[in-house]
This record gives sequence, structure tokens and C-alpha cells, in this order.
Amino acid sequence: MEPTSTHHRGLHRFAIVLVCCVILLISAGALVTSTESGLSVPDWPLSYGSLNPPSWWTISTVRAEHGHRLIAGTVATLTVILAVWIGVRENRRWVRRLAYLAVATVLSQALLGGLTVLFFLPTPVSVAHASLAEVFLCLTVTLAVVTSRWWRRAEGEPATVPGARRLFDVARVTTGLVFFQIFLGAVMRHSGAGLAIPDFPLVFGGLIPPAFDFPIAIHYSHRLGALAVTAAVVVTLVRALRLPSAAAGLRAVAVGLATLVAIQISLGAAVVLTGKAVVPNTAHVATGATILATSLLLTLGSWRSARAAVPSSAGAVRDPAFEGTGAQSASRATAQPNPSGGG
Amino acid sequence: MNKYRFLTFCLLAVSLLGIACGGGGDEAAAPTAAAAPAAATGSGAITGVINYANGDPDTAIGMDADPVCVGLHAEGAVTEQVVGDEGRLGNVFVYIKSGLSGSFPASADKVVLDQQGCMYNPHVSGVQVGQPVVIRNSDPTLHNVHALPTANAEFNKGQPFQNMEFEHKFDTAEVMVRFKCDVHPWMNSYMGVVSHPFFAVSGTDGSYSIENVPAGTYTVEAWHETLGTQTMEVTVADDAAAAASFDFASAG
Ligand SMILES: [Cu+2]
Repeated sequence: MEPTSTHHRGLHRFAIVLVCCVILLISAGALVTSTESGLSVPDWPLSYGSLNPPSWWTISTVRAEHGHRLIAGTVATLTVILAVWIGVRENRRWVRRLAYLAVATVLSQALLGGLTVLFFLPTPVSVAHASLAEVFLCLTVTLAVVTSRWWRRAEGEPATVPGARRLFDVARVTTGLVFFQIFLGAVMRHSGAGLAIPDFPLVFGGLIPPAFDFPIAIHYSHRLGALAVTAAVVVTLVRALRLPSAAAGLRAVAVGLATLVAIQISLGAAVVLTGKAVVPNTAHVATGATILATSLLLTLGSWRSARAAVPSSAGAVRDPAFEGTGAQSASRATAQPNPSGGG
Repeated sequence: MNKYRFLTFCLLAVSLLGIACGGGGDEAAAPTAAAAPAAATGSGAITGVINYANGDPDTAIGMDADPVCVGLHAEGAVTEQVVGDEGRLGNVFVYIKSGLSGSFPASADKVVLDQQGCMYNPHVSGVQVGQPVVIRNSDPTLHNVHALPTANAEFNKGQPFQNMEFEHKFDTAEVMVRFKCDVHPWMNSYMGVVSHPFFAVSGTDGSYSIENVPAGTYTVEAWHETLGTQTMEVTVADDAAAAASFDFASAG
């Protein structure tokens, strides 16, 4: 039960590096779709029959697709290393399982990536690939958070942060909404509906499209989703700012989240107004992933701060209880957009 | 626990779904369309010119995506939608759309679709169902050959090295099958797949000639990449050339 802090620090840092690599990987994937390079390498798992196709670095389309594959291979390797490390060092069974689940997810993700190439980018497979990427990101964020010293602090932990529970209640909804919003974005992106509504902020000069077909409907849903996310983030921010100064970390994360959402809406507008220029189109996906990671961080952080509430159940009692609800809550927050009561 | 199982199940289901949806496979053992007794070719012909008065809309191609391609075009490259001289339109695929009876065995002659200077050569071509198409890479850079048919099976094959080639046969008549290269997004080619040998592509002078046509009355269609299609009734007699000229300018 006693964590050896030096090993955990290294492991925690490694998990943070992995999170950064996953966001880089998602951005590289976004570059592939933004430049329509998905089929520029027709075979999989090899690239033009080799590990590195000739001159891949000088041809922009092949660089995007093959580069995405190389980063993906790196991320998969790092994930396996992290899982082994956690398997050896970690004494919480649910954390070990979460790490193994991350490995299974990244391998499934690679398979989906291969399938979408071999079957010429069918929309359902591409959307599944984009969505599973975000699930995987959530898994790595969770691993990074729960291996932190702060999460595992043992003796002399501060009393419950007042208001943390209320923050958690809204933060988890925000995280669910963000995930669903990214899903809508993925459907829009992979069905080629990114410019189905050509103006911004208005919609065909009004507030509601005059007619609906699938592209317009999915595009409009993504814009309504942006409003819902914005509303949820504002409420989250307000609740976070009411926390005492002892919870400065959570407040800072909430401010970061709100800032990212403001940037994200600007990028979304830029995507439409530039006719899907590569830079905003890619940055929009990268920022979306960062928002999800940040929102999940806030959700897990507020949950942990609320749980610190129970000083009476310290020591022996805390850890088992923690195993039970912690595992459920974490998987709920990552895998499903509609979390219901946790803990 | 249950959540993990559920997630694993979902992953599995999604993967299987992908396989099931995408199925259908590649090449397909090509049944050549020579089941019925072969019909004879004739001694008539269909000839004509394709007119187009609206000027040449071809534009320069930016090949920045691949420095090798840029190096292959010292004076720049232009698109090949319209290559007409003096109001004539090239790269129009003209073929007998209906009126033929019997079936025509596929020619064994190989139709070559070359990738040269990061462009397809020819830009527009025709082939019979079951006739071999040789797709070649003459460039010192890599290409992927991505055919986007609707009636035939889609395929996407890589040709990473110069002088690589492969052969393909189409199973079903389809006008037109588009080829694209996803490495070089400007690369496009169109191939008319028909069940008989009576087709032609107009040259830069706008003229075309379909030879060895049996006597009869046919619907002839002319297809252009951006200007659409036009049809005409044509009656062909033995040992004579029937005239069928198309005017795309009025098609707007
Ligand atoms: Cu090419």
C-alpha cells in the first residue's frame, strides 16, 4: 500500500509525456484529414511496402499520413511501456487495469486506422477512429492524474475543499458534453459537412437553416453543441472561481478551460470563413482534444478534492473504498458522455 | 468491470462492422463479357469534331506538394480539361451508348495509363470490359493509383518506384471511371469502360473517328469532364463514314 515516491514521480511524469504525445498524435491525425492525405499511402500496416516510403518527408501528403503512422507507433510503444511500468509498480488494481485497457484501446485504434485506409475512408470507420482517439486520450489523462503525488497524498491531507462537490457535479457534465461535441464534429468532418453552412456566426443569414439535409443537420448540431459546451463551461468556471484559495489549482484549470473554449470557437469560425484552410482546420481538432483533456482533469480533480472530505475514513478504510468508486467513476467519465452519480 | 467488458465489446463490434461494411474485396475474378456469340464488326465509321467556343478554361497546376513534380515541369503544368485548338475540344470520350446487338470479345491489346510528370497520360481514355489496362509509373517519385468506380470495385495501389506497373481489368461497363492520386491531388484521369470496341477520344483538333462500326442506327454519346454529356442519333451504312459532330458551346 505504500507508494515508493521516487518511482511514482517518474511514472507520473512519463504518463504526462504520453498525454502530450497523444494530443500531438490527434493533431497529426487532424492534419491528415485537413490535407485529405488519408489515402496517399494506400497500404497498411506497411507504407508502400516498406517501413518508410522513399522521399516521404518531402511529399506533403505522404508526410502527413506516414508521419501520423510513425507518431502512432511511438504512442503505442509508450503506452505499452507505461502499462508494464504500472503493472510492476502500481499497487491499485484498478489503475493497473486502466493501463491495460489503454493498451487494448491504442491497439484497437491502430486497427481502425488500418481499416479506414484499406476500405477507402468509410465514414463510420473514420468517425470511430476519431472518437476512439478521444477515449484513449481520456484514459491516458486519467492515468496521469491518478498516478500524481497529489492524488495519492496520504497523511495530513487537507479537509474537504468546500464547493468541490458542486464543481464536480457540473464538470462531469461538461466533460460529457465536450466528448459528444467532438463526436458530432467527427461525424461532420468525415461526412464532408464542414462547409455545409457557409456563413458564421449566422446560419444562412438567420438563426435556423431554412432547410435540412444530413450535412446541414450535422453541421448545425455541432454549432448548437458549441453553445451547450460554452454554457456548461461558464457554469463550471463560476463554480470553480468560488472555491477557496486553497484550491487555486482547480481554479486555474477552470480558467484554462474557459480560455481554450474561447480560442476553439474562434478557430471554428476560422474553419468556416477560410473554407477549411489547413491550419485552423487542424488546430480546431487539436484544441478540441486539449479541451477534453482539461475538462477531464478538472472533473477528476474536483472529484478527488470532494472526496478528501472524509477524514474520518482515513488510513485503512480509505483505500478500498477508493478502489470501488474510483474505478467506476473514472471509466464513466472517460467512456460515456452521460455520467450519473458517482461516489 | 462491466464497463470494461462493454467497452471491449464495443471495440470489437466496431472492428467487425468495419470489415463487414467494407467487404466485397478487390479485383474479383473478372468474367470477361464473352458469353454470347461474338457479333461481327463492320465496315462503317462514325467521325466528327467537337466544337467549343467559350475559350480555354485550363489553368496552371501548383505542384508544390512534391518537389520532384515541380522539377519535372520547368515551364509549369496546366490542366487538361480542354486542349482544343481554334474552338475545338479535346479529351471528349465518344462512344456508342445503345443500338448495338450481340456481344464483342474484349481486345487483348493493352491500354496503357501512364503517370508521367505527375500527370496521367492519357487524361481521358477508353477500354473494353475485360481488356487489360496497364498502369505504369514513369516518374522518379511515388504515386498511388486510386480508381473510384461506382459499378466496378474500387482499388488503391501504391507505386513507390519508377517503372513499376500492374495490370487491371474492369468487370462492368461504366462511363466514366475516375482515377486519382491522393499523393498529388491535382492528378486525375477518366477511363470509359464499355462492352464493345466502338469508342474514341477527341484529339486536340477536336476530331475523333470510331472505326469498323456495323451498319445500323445508334445513340452516340459524347462525354466531357466538366461540360457533361450530349447524345445524338447516328445511322451508319457499310463502307461509309457517318458524321456526328457535337457542339459543347451551346451546352453552356
Ligand atoms: Cu501521384
